[in-house]
Amino acid sequence: MSEVNLKGRKVTVHDMCLRDGMHAKREQMSVAQMVQIASALDDAGVPYIQVTHGAGLGGNSLQHGFAPHSNEEYLSAVCSAVKRTKVSVLLLPGLGTMRELQSAYDCGARSVHVATHCTEADTSPQHIAYARKLGMDSTGFLMMAHLNTPEGLAQQGKLMESYGAQTVYITDSAGYMLPADVKARVSALRDVLRPETEIGFHGHHNMGMGIANSIAAIEAGAGRIDASVGGLGAGAGNTPLEAFVAVCERMGIETGCDLFKLMDMAEDIIFPLMEHIVRVDRSSLTLGFAGVYSTFLLHANRAAARFGIPARDILVELGRKKMIGGQEDMIIDTAMTMAKERGLLKDAATGAAS
Amino acid sequence: MKKIRCALIGSGNIGTDLIYKIQRSPVLEPVWMVGIDPESEGLARARAMGLKATAAGVDGLLPYVREDNIQIAFDATSAYVHAENSRKLNELGVMMIDLTPAAIGPLCVPPVNLREHAEKVEMNVNMISCAGQATIPIVHAVSRIQSVAYGEIVASLASKSIGPGTRANLDEFTYTTSNAIEVVGGARKGKALAIINPAEPPMLMRNTISCLTDETPDEARITESVLAMIKEVQKYVPGYRLVNGPLFDGKRVTVFMEVAGLGDYLPKYAGNLDIMTAAATRTAEMFAEEILAGTIQLKPVEVAA
Repeated sequence: MSEVNLKGRKVTVHDMCLRDGMHAKREQMSVAQMVQIASALDDAGVPYIQVTHGAGLGGNSLQHGFAPHSNEEYLSAVCSAVKRTKVSVLLLPGLGTMRELQSAYDCGARSVHVATHCTEADTSPQHIAYARKLGMDSTGFLMMAHLNTPEGLAQQGKLMESYGAQTVYITDSAGYMLPADVKARVSALRDVLRPETEIGFHGHHNMGMGIANSIAAIEAGAGRIDASVGGLGAGAGNTPLEAFVAVCERMGIETGCDLFKLMDMAEDIIFPLMEHIVRVDRSSLTLGFAGVYSTFLLHANRAAARFGIPARDILVELGRKKMIGGQEDMIIDTAMTMAKERGLLKDAATGAAS
Repeated sequence: MKKIRCALIGSGNIGTDLIYKIQRSPVLEPVWMVGIDPESEGLARARAMGLKATAAGVDGLLPYVREDNIQIAFDATSAYVHAENSRKLNELGVMMIDLTPAAIGPLCVPPVNLREHAEKVEMNVNMISCAGQATIPIVHAVSRIQSVAYGEIVASLASKSIGPGTRANLDEFTYTTSNAIEVVGGARKGKALAIINPAEPPMLMRNTISCLTDETPDEARITESVLAMIKEVQKYVPGYRLVNGPLFDGKRVTVFMEVAGLGDYLPKYAGNLDIMTAAATRTAEMFAEEILAGTIQLKPVEVAA
């Protein structure tokens, strides 16, 4: 499928099971489960793993759900259990703060994805600079990247680099992009960033394109790939790590990971703990097709059950209203407004269906 | 009728929008605009609207405070210079309305605690943040009925309405607003989330307010209290509108609001900026009414050496 010879290319993989995977578990993971998964990833040679609430530092909230433990409890346990792998965290300015970043660092986190919507990089200077001051491996993470042009993303990436980001990610939060979209965006970044600044790609499998998109990113110059064992992540999950590593082996791309250990881990640890099968299904495919934030999936299913509006209708409407990551409150709001329009719900202010 | 004469410090979007709101007030009169850039559009506009203007910062205003009888000043600069501005003007007996995150004085949300501040003749009150003004009245509307263990607000803001200062200092916004949900809203623990959405055309400001009550919420009384509070806010922000809720879910009460601005200087989608200038104007009016009625008197603040 590829004309570019990638033999011998080195790629750094970053597992998302213990962060994006928290979404698929409705944020309900025990410390013991986290330690078990982290140890298996460490043993399989995965160089980076991300560990926090699904929404990152500061994520514990009514908006994003409460995990049974604080980020500090998870991080302390995981960081003392792993030997080689580096532990990273996610930080969305507006939700997480520098105080929480300091606290994560104190627990042993040494890498951070500082995430903004793909047009709002200038909300991240404080946090990226603070991460660099702590000596952390610092990434600028441009979410919902399908909503910005390659040129626009290049500008945003350049800003993040100027704040101190050592890596800039194209993040396909909606699982919307096709390989050509990914290539155009990664290439545009490669053209403007300093040669020593790395480029990463974070995919979701909503259209079944996680692996193909990651390979396309590598062809265009990306050196870091986010994925998760068994695809445990929001929506139809992240790029499945073990399958990605298998493809890399066939293509001669070097990840340094032990494929068979990852396969065993997916089968023996990850699949049994899934509450629903993380896969391309009607709702997750709708996310990818309509370009909606993957985390909205389970929220939309719950709102659908509560207000009698099909999840697909809600997701399409959210896409139309251009809602972005973090606006989970607008899922219930949209469902309620639709239920009123369909005569299924009364208006509190008037007492009548409006 | 006699009006209380005001100075506006900071000739940016907020300061300029304030001119329009203060000019409409029956008890306030905008007299001075203070900036630092002689070329600024805000200063030129202020002059065109009949205000005196200086580009020499607060020091350019000080010599005229007495002769122009300035009694109230609005500070829409930054947290870094507010303390100095406030000290200099307080010394001359000018009351400060702080629209920066400096928060030297008590936090003010007009329908919740403004009367209290006016009665105490506070010489510096802080307007918290746009999200604070848009959400804390609702938290209070719940907490005045039943105790609230936790209050959480999510503010969605149009990208075009967020200036470079706020963008570069999002943590400050988070800390200030979270604290005010507790101190003014009455929740034992507060948390504030901000989302900046770049959709075109720009979205109106949206706010979702969630409270966890200690006991099962009394749905009828809380709904009545929330609707009454919305009417209070609408007196100074007509575009403050209930979209959905109150929604009851166990001990959780959720209210979904929208804020459309008046479209004075700032576009309608910038309801977040409008609610700040409107709340600040409402605050100044309450002080002005009391001063004019002779019930309170502003006094110079003596500074300890």
